[in-house]
Parts: sequence; C-alpha cells; structure tokens
Amino acid sequence: MKRHLLSAADLSRDEALLILDTAEELARLADRPIKKLPTLRGRTVVNLFYEDSTRTRTSFEAAAKRLSADVINFSAKGSSVSKGESLKDTALTLEAMGTDAVVVRHSASGAPHRLATSGWIRGSVVNAGDGTHEHPTQALLDAFTMRRRLGSFDGRRVTIVGDILHSRVARSNVRLLHTLGAQVTLVAPPTLLPVGVQTWPCAVSYDLDAEVAKSDVVMMLRVQHERMNAAFFPSAREYSRRYGLDGRRFAAMPEHAIVMHPGPMNRGMEITAEVADSPRSTIVEQVTNGVSVRMAVLYLLLSGSESAIGSIEGESA
Amino acid sequence: MNTSENSSDVPASLPGESTAPGRPVLEASDVRRALTRIAHEIVERNKGARDLVLLGIPTRGVHLAQRLAARIGEVEGVTPPAGSLDVTMYRDDLALRPARGLGRTDIPGDIGDRVVVLVDDVLMSGRTISSALDAIKDLGRPRAVQLAVLVDRGHRELPIRADFVGKNLPTSLSETVAVRLAELDGLDVVLLGSKEPKPASAKKGDRA
Repeated sequence: MKRHLLSAADLSRDEALLILDTAEELARLADRPIKKLPTLRGRTVVNLFYEDSTRTRTSFEAAAKRLSADVINFSAKGSSVSKGESLKDTALTLEAMGTDAVVVRHSASGAPHRLATSGWIRGSVVNAGDGTHEHPTQALLDAFTMRRRLGSFDGRRVTIVGDILHSRVARSNVRLLHTLGAQVTLVAPPTLLPVGVQTWPCAVSYDLDAEVAKSDVVMMLRVQHERMNAAFFPSAREYSRRYGLDGRRFAAMPEHAIVMHPGPMNRGMEITAEVADSPRSTIVEQVTNGVSVRMAVLYLLLSGSESAIGSIEGESA
Repeated sequence: MNTSENSSDVPASLPGESTAPGRPVLEASDVRRALTRIAHEIVERNKGARDLVLLGIPTRGVHLAQRLAARIGEVEGVTPPAGSLDVTMYRDDLALRPARGLGRTDIPGDIGDRVVVLVDDVLMSGRTISSALDAIKDLGRPRAVQLAVLVDRGHRELPIRADFVGKNLPTSLSETVAVRLAELDGLDVVLLGSKEPKPASAKKGDRA
C-alpha cells in the first residue's frame, strides 16, 4: 500500500499527472459558493512544523480544511519540542491522538523519511520541506502553474536560478520536471551548486544571459540569508548583477515565457519589483495553486483504502 | 482513467469482469427512442424547457445529458444548458476502495431556483444519486431536482427513485449492465452480462 509523499522522485509520470489533473478539478472549487468538500470528514491532519513557514503551513491547513479534515497545527516553537522532546516522542504523542496524516517540515534532511519508516506512526506522511533535501508539493504546484500557463511539459525549457545548494525547491523541481518531460537548466554561482550536481537529470550553466533567451520558464530562487553562513558570493550587488532577474533580462525572454518564484522574495536582490509585478510573473498564482495541489495530494493519499500516489515505505507499522 | 467507474452504481454494474460483456438488451434504435421519450416527458412534466438545467454524472451520464438537452431543443426550440457533476468527493464508499481520480464538474451557470435534471446511465443502489444530491446542495438551491436514467436495474439501498426511466431492467446481483455510447465506444448499446464466467480476465478498458 502506498501512502507517503516524501520526495518528488517517488512519483511516476502517471502519478504526477494524476495529481495535476485532480488539482485542476479542485481548483474549480474556488468559483463555487461553498468552497468545501466532505471528502475527509472525520480524518485528522497534523501540521508538524519544526521550521517557521506561514505560507506552506497555511496552504496545507486551507487544503485540509477544504476537504473537511480536522487540522491540528503543531509548531516546534513554544511546544514541548523547545523543552527537548524528540521527534520520536512527538510522533508517538500524535499517534496516540489518532492522527491520519502528518504534514512535516523539518530543518533536518530526511526527517519525514524517518517518520514514515520508523513505525512510530501509522498515518500518511507528507514532506512539507526537509532541510536542503526536498519539497515535493512545492514542485507539484510549480508544475501545475507551468502547465496552466504553457499547456504541456514536453520539450519545455525551465531555468532555475540562484541558490541551488540550499534549495529543496530546486531539487524537487529538477526531479519532477524531468519525470514530466521538461528540460531543466540550473544557473548559479559555482559556490552555490551542490556536490554531485552533474548526476542530476539537468544541465548546469553559469551564464544567465545565455539561458533566459531560450527559456519557457525562469524560476528565481530566494537568496537564503539565514543559510549564508559562509562567503558564497562576493557581495549582494554582484550577485544581483550576475544572477538577478531585472528588466533587461526579462525583456530578453521569449514572449510567452513566464517568471516563477517560490517566495518569499527579496525584491531588488534576485528579482526586481518591476519583474515580480509583471503579468508574466506567476508568483501570486503559485500560492493559489498551492492549495489546490495540496488538496489533491491529501485527497489521493487519504481518501481511499489505498493511496493512489506516493512511496511504498513505512509498512513496518 | 479510473474515474469512469463512478458513473453508475458500481460494483455490480461493472462489466469489466467478463471478456464477453453480454447480450444486448437495448440496441441503438431503442436507446434513441428511449431518450426521445424521456426528453418529451421532461418537457411535459416541467411544462416547457424554461429554467431547466441538465447535469450528467460522469462519464456516460454527461453524454446522455447532452443528448437529452439537444432533443429537448428540437422539441421546444430552446436548448437547456447541460453540464456535468462529478460526485466522487461526496461518495460514502470512498474509504472502501483505492483512491481514484476525479471526473469533471462543469455547472452551466447558476442552478439556484432552477429545475435540475440529474442524468445517469444506470441506476442501482442509489448511492451515486444520494452523493449527487449532497453535491448539488453545495452548489446552490435548485427549485427541484429530478432524475433521468437510461436503465433502472433495481437493487436500491436508499429511498431513491428515478422520475424518467429509459428501461426498467430487473436484474440479479450476479449480472452486469454495461451501457455503451457512440461518443465513447463507437456505438449505442446496453449489454446484460454475467459476472461469474471469467473473473480473472477483467479487461481494463471495460467500464460502466
């Protein structure tokens, strides 16, 4: 039985498309007077957030509530975790409360995997971002946004720009977009590329100007000041000049090409306000789409006797 | 995809369990006559086609709803809007089976204070229609909801009955009823089959 979503690599092409198609139907709910479905009535979803994230947490909360699930928000700050409780004990507590799904965000890569495979909990585990590892629902919502704007993935060129080293969004996107048939190019200063990036199913470049002209999608990543504990680039100004998306580079992009950003943005750093607010920027749309995609994931994982998507791990329980 | 299975009251009406889906009980001409009659009955019952909205339940109910709307248009000169209503998210048996994808919901305009005619291919337990009634409640408050089905095969599990029936087909639970429509299957026919013979050789493409 499949029931976790831990990595974008867990998804086959068919499963990914099933999620996107389901999300497409669920997105239409937004036009209805009652934006709620009874599907997960009586199920409990816990948002277990060890890292701050208003955007992702609220998105999962809205998604679960629109499916009528009961939602418990558990943030590490101000909880027993700050008193030293381990992931295991927190998991056992949640299990004792009868949790059907745990949406987990953790600063340690692999924490959701541990939760899913340890046998501490019986419910589904959804990775909402773990360390610098993966953020599969973000990749799904990005793919959803791309498909809505561009129609299909086949032969589409996606350029992901910025701090690849620390970016779980980039990692998940590379995997998912490759599965879906798009060509991904990573553009970053050499210091912000992870070791082993050559083995990823994508191309790597250091020249943003050469890439924007042939991209269907330019995805800017946030410069994560909180993780910049070493000198990864000489100065913010230089980074901005070489890897920022400004009006000039934006003008060099093809007519139909779109600009994406997972948010929150550093305006003036990786992206100028002029580009961020352009109609070809999908930044706000991505947030809206996030709810539909997370509804689809929760629905497909939880509604049936057997999940329609996800990994097969965690059956030891 | 697997969404089509919810079009009728599964599982007993699923034809997929036999490679020979059975003998025809309604031929194309019978289906045509049945739909023409239902179209007239809908117009007569509602004293015209004003305020009507036809909502088909995916997959085959949607095509039947479109055909009925067209027939009503021929009779009345006014074609009522036809849409589709997927009830998957409202089903009470979701947890009993593997999760599945959704069908299309496409509501033509506001259904408030209109007469909604639900259209499905096969009526059996009534659970699909019960889910559809729940779904409609979330969409608005129609003046009335009526039900049109091509085949009523009995075995109701809920107090639900159709207002317009193409053919009453008393069946046993070991039988299957499969509706084939030209739009999807190349021809119009209703097949009565039997479940037992080859349960292992279920064809994936077969669906009700």
